[in-house]
Amino acid sequence: MSTITALYQRIRFNYRSRKRVRLSRSAGGTIGIFLFLLLVCSFMALPLVYSILQSLKPLEEIFAYPPRFFVYNPTLDNFRQVLSLTDNLWVPFSRYLFNSFFVTILGTILYVSLSSMAAYPLAKARFFGSKFVNQLFVWTLLFIAEVTAIPKYLIVAKLGLVDSYFAIVLPYLSSTMGVFLMRQFMVASIPDSTLEAARVDGASEYRIFGQIVLPSVKPAWMTLIIFAFKDLWNAGTSAEYIYSENLKGLNAVMSSISTGGLGRTGAACAVAVLMMIPPIAIFIYSQSSVMETMTHSGLK
Amino acid sequence: MKRPYGLSRKEMKKNIPFYVLLAPFFTLFCVFMLIPVLAAVLLSFTDFNMVQTPNIVGLSNYVRIFIDDEIFMIALKNTLIYAVITGPVGFLISFVVAWLINEMPRAVRTGVTLLMYAPTLAGNVYFVWQYLFSSDSAGFLNNLLIQFGVITDPITWLTDAKYNFGVTLIVIIWLSFGTGFLSFVAGLQALDPSYYEAAALDGLRNRWQELYYVTLPQMGPQLLFGAVMQISSAFAVGYHNKALTGFPSTGYSTHTILLHSLDYADNRYELGYSSAISVVLFLMMILSWVLIQKALKKFTD
Repeated sequence: MSTITALYQRIRFNYRSRKRVRLSRSAGGTIGIFLFLLLVCSFMALPLVYSILQSLKPLEEIFAYPPRFFVYNPTLDNFRQVLSLTDNLWVPFSRYLFNSFFVTILGTILYVSLSSMAAYPLAKARFFGSKFVNQLFVWTLLFIAEVTAIPKYLIVAKLGLVDSYFAIVLPYLSSTMGVFLMRQFMVASIPDSTLEAARVDGASEYRIFGQIVLPSVKPAWMTLIIFAFKDLWNAGTSAEYIYSENLKGLNAVMSSISTGGLGRTGAACAVAVLMMIPPIAIFIYSQSSVMETMTHSGLK
Repeated sequence: MKRPYGLSRKEMKKNIPFYVLLAPFFTLFCVFMLIPVLAAVLLSFTDFNMVQTPNIVGLSNYVRIFIDDEIFMIALKNTLIYAVITGPVGFLISFVVAWLINEMPRAVRTGVTLLMYAPTLAGNVYFVWQYLFSSDSAGFLNNLLIQFGVITDPITWLTDAKYNFGVTLIVIIWLSFGTGFLSFVAGLQALDPSYYEAAALDGLRNRWQELYYVTLPQMGPQLLFGAVMQISSAFAVGYHNKALTGFPSTGYSTHTILLHSLDYADNRYELGYSSAISVVLFLMMILSWVLIQKALKKFTD
């Protein structure tokens, strides 16, 4: 029996190292695909490249007539200006930095954990009301959040959460997007027979969840990390819930820099570029582990 | 009489771990999502204006939307055009690109994925469109067109009702490869490669057959997820219109249902009416969700 398993593993390993069985791929199709991708990518990249170039331009190039796309004398002056502006704030800059990272990281960890926990029963168990809860979770995704802002504020206030980190984190955790995403991946990639086999072997549901379900949907929670980090980072510590200056996040500083008039146009571009760095770093980290999962996990 | 499934003592006991796993999220969901949504729905049947005690007015808010509100009709028309164009275009391009890059080397994949997702990732970079479409002759596009002699006077891209709809359409499409796209990329990575092996042995000849018979049927759940996210963003357009073309836009040319609802909530304090508008939008989204579920049935059963 074990030789068969070993053989199977080996075939599987060989197969994976070859990546994928090649079906015939027509050359014309491949060229067409490349052209299509090139077109889409340049459309997508244009504004981003523009804002990076803009952040490297000295002031006279930003206001040059006729406007130029490329930068002739790249400079880091705009970034220096941002740094010097962050030097004389009421609250030390490091405090804003800490607030942003603390809220974003705590929120992301909680969101991914709670969403995956809730997704497992909804994907794989049948209990009273499970179908209804699934539908309910999809429906609430379709309700525009802006309209619920006032009732939500009243609830946050009633619970005494205003002006604390919880006012940002807890309401975010109630979004059903994460549960829905995790559920769909569990439905797609975990066969019921695997779960049944584990149950017959006497594994508890918690163990099945931790040792079979979670590893099988690694691409899903890596993706969810990107979503949650991006949302919490960009939302920052929203003004309506936080009054104390020492609980505010980077967004508060950055928007006060950006709204400083024409002379700060370059600084505003530098701010935009700087704020992109943490979510992009998380993105690259998670995305490369999404793409690694197939080659590493023997589980399917 | 038969009891509904899951209510017998034995089944309840077996399901305890599931309730435990679901409970923390479900509690937060009820407090911060379900109650506010229900409150908004209830408010839509009242004349709540933030100052006076609300009175129940029945369906009169809804009657007003469809009978008395001409601007709502403009918003409805615009929202439908935005949704019908940006929804399917965003969904299709997201899937096609995710599928095409799936076979490519890792560095290329990560690069393309980053570019496609960057507009969503980077929060408010969309403001660079404002520079590109700036209305004076120093605006990038205007300058280019003047240099090449296409136009002689600068076009006011963002305020001219002839152009600003098209401009916002481009920006919204640019922003629409977000959540759905990444879930497709991850979904394709989670597919079981042994199916492809089997399919190749079964004599599938080209990538299109492979896509149709192997990839799509396995991707059903992720396609549904992408569809929901696409609906929720395609119908809830408005934010970027407001930032780019101002509020209200010239002749309401880029007005949408979302903006209409926010206008009544933030500027006129007619919360009951604002809620009714958003409930109408919600029903439109549910309807399109039902239709899309039907359309994707082939791949999801």
